[in-house]
Amino acid sequence: MLSYAATDGELGGEGRVQDYILETEGLTKEFRGFVAVSDVSLRIRRGTIHGLIGPNGAGKTTCFNLLTKFLQPSRGTIRYDGREITRMKPAEVARLGLVRSFQISAVFPHLTVLENVRVALQRQRGGSFDFWRSDAVLRRYDDRARELLADVGLTTYAEAAAGTLPYGRKRALEIATTLALDPTLMLLDEPTAGMTHEDVDRIVALVRRVAQGRTVLMVEHNLKVVEGLCDAITVLTRGRVLAEGPYAQVSRNPEVIAAYLGTDPGISGAAEAAHA
Amino acid sequence: MASATTAPLDVLPPTAPRSGLFGFTRAQGIALVVMLAAIVVLPFFVYPQFLMKLLCFALFACAFNLLIGYVGLLSFGHAAYFGMGSYASAYASQTWGLSPELCVLIGGGVGAGLGLVFGWIAIRRAGIYFAMITLALAQMVYFFCVQVPFTRGEDGIQGIPRHALLGMVDLGPDMRMYWFVAAVFLVGFLLIHRVIHSPFGQVLTAIRENEPRAVSLGYRVDDYKLLAFVLSAGLAGVAGGTKALTVHIATLIDVNWPMSGEVVLMTLLGGLGTLFGPVVGAGVVMAMETYLAPFGAWVTISQGIIFVACVLAFRAGIVGELAKWLRVKL
Repeated sequence: MLSYAATDGELGGEGRVQDYILETEGLTKEFRGFVAVSDVSLRIRRGTIHGLIGPNGAGKTTCFNLLTKFLQPSRGTIRYDGREITRMKPAEVARLGLVRSFQISAVFPHLTVLENVRVALQRQRGGSFDFWRSDAVLRRYDDRARELLADVGLTTYAEAAAGTLPYGRKRALEIATTLALDPTLMLLDEPTAGMTHEDVDRIVALVRRVAQGRTVLMVEHNLKVVEGLCDAITVLTRGRVLAEGPYAQVSRNPEVIAAYLGTDPGISGAAEAAHA
Repeated sequence: MASATTAPLDVLPPTAPRSGLFGFTRAQGIALVVMLAAIVVLPFFVYPQFLMKLLCFALFACAFNLLIGYVGLLSFGHAAYFGMGSYASAYASQTWGLSPELCVLIGGGVGAGLGLVFGWIAIRRAGIYFAMITLALAQMVYFFCVQVPFTRGEDGIQGIPRHALLGMVDLGPDMRMYWFVAAVFLVGFLLIHRVIHSPFGQVLTAIRENEPRAVSLGYRVDDYKLLAFVLSAGLAGVAGGTKALTVHIATLIDVNWPMSGEVVLMTLLGGLGTLFGPVVGAGVVMAMETYLAPFGAWVTISQGIIFVACVLAFRAGIVGELAKWLRVKL
């Protein structure tokens, strides 16, 4: 852990607190006695891609919902960018630059692809309560929206209804919409779930590209993706943090191997299994 | 990008992109012309008093549709805004002697003000709870109206004068009043269309399509729902205020729960979330009530049968089914 923390050279002793964009302490969520997330203390370093992995039912998505305030934690605190956000509403944390995606692709199906991105741009740039104006004024966001669509390779789909896009393209659209808010911390919930090989490669390249200058926290099942993309990972099992650190280090942790695969010899073997 | 060039088939949108004048699709433009022609021609063939009432209820239904059809909120207490708008306008005309355009605006203001308070309370809950809260609040308004002296209880405010429009044109004769009512209706109708096709309307659509996603983009969705609620209640107040001047009377009927049910029926029958549905629905319901009136209880029975048939077989409503059949947006 220590050697990993020291890789970022320019940070001195007092800089270490600010070094983490997101920190949780003792985060716990109980549903009628069932503890979905228990005493989770996460630390996400600014400017990194951080993976959150774990077997099914480990509490990853619950964790996501807690961090983005879609769920209220039973106990514990969340600090984002030096500010306590534990009691905030989801729309408020989104306004602070902590923006999430969803596991089920979340687009506005009857709006066009371009309009989907514009809805996000419109929020940030104001005028969203203007009920007396024509929506033609929204065309001023078209250029920026088209840039974002070009970024994710959706230019030719701009005028299509978002609901008609193939699955992989919907995920790309969702990332474009999230990027429209220029988030400081982007939370991606299984961005490659249910995708074909080509789509996975495209999304991986995309995430790597858009992570420039921001922090990404992603839940991911595909360990190959995690290995290729993430600077650090946190392993959750049964709602608890099992290990945290760089992938190479965590993947050798015998406890992680046991939790993830039972008796299987190597974690990379599971990547193949998860992928198949 | 190679795959993008090979996939033109799934690029075709199922619905044509909005275009044309002022956000009206071609089919909507044609329907608008037909409606305008009907508004101009019909008073020479049909009893104007009936048409005026129809236009008031059509505006009421359109206002209600703004909420259920475009935000997805089922208010079961819209009679409160309609009825209070009616009382306010009646009082302003009779006691203060204000000109009709001011009376109608006061009706709208009262509806909007009430909508702001009730909406603020109700919007915290969704689905059936939202409907029940709006109903409960509306019934409180009804009992308030039964008790307070200015509504004259069971008698209602009767013999409401119409006065002169802008203090110049006397609206006493029905044909003159008709053009005033038609103008109020059209302004309300076009305002609703504008709201739907405004930056605000775009956010409403996004919220209806995927509320959690809208939240995750940083939209405080309750604020948007509340503004839609206030606009809807305000227009319901305008409709009630205009109706009071039209029929010279404002009574407890306007503010009681069957009125809330009636507007639900009109909107469902015409077609939820269609621009012209509520107008057609209001026309059908009003025509039945007026022309089947000699048959007494048969009105209610046939309304019930139509309602059941509509829910079972024509869920999209008259205009909704027509639009599906013609594959256009109406």
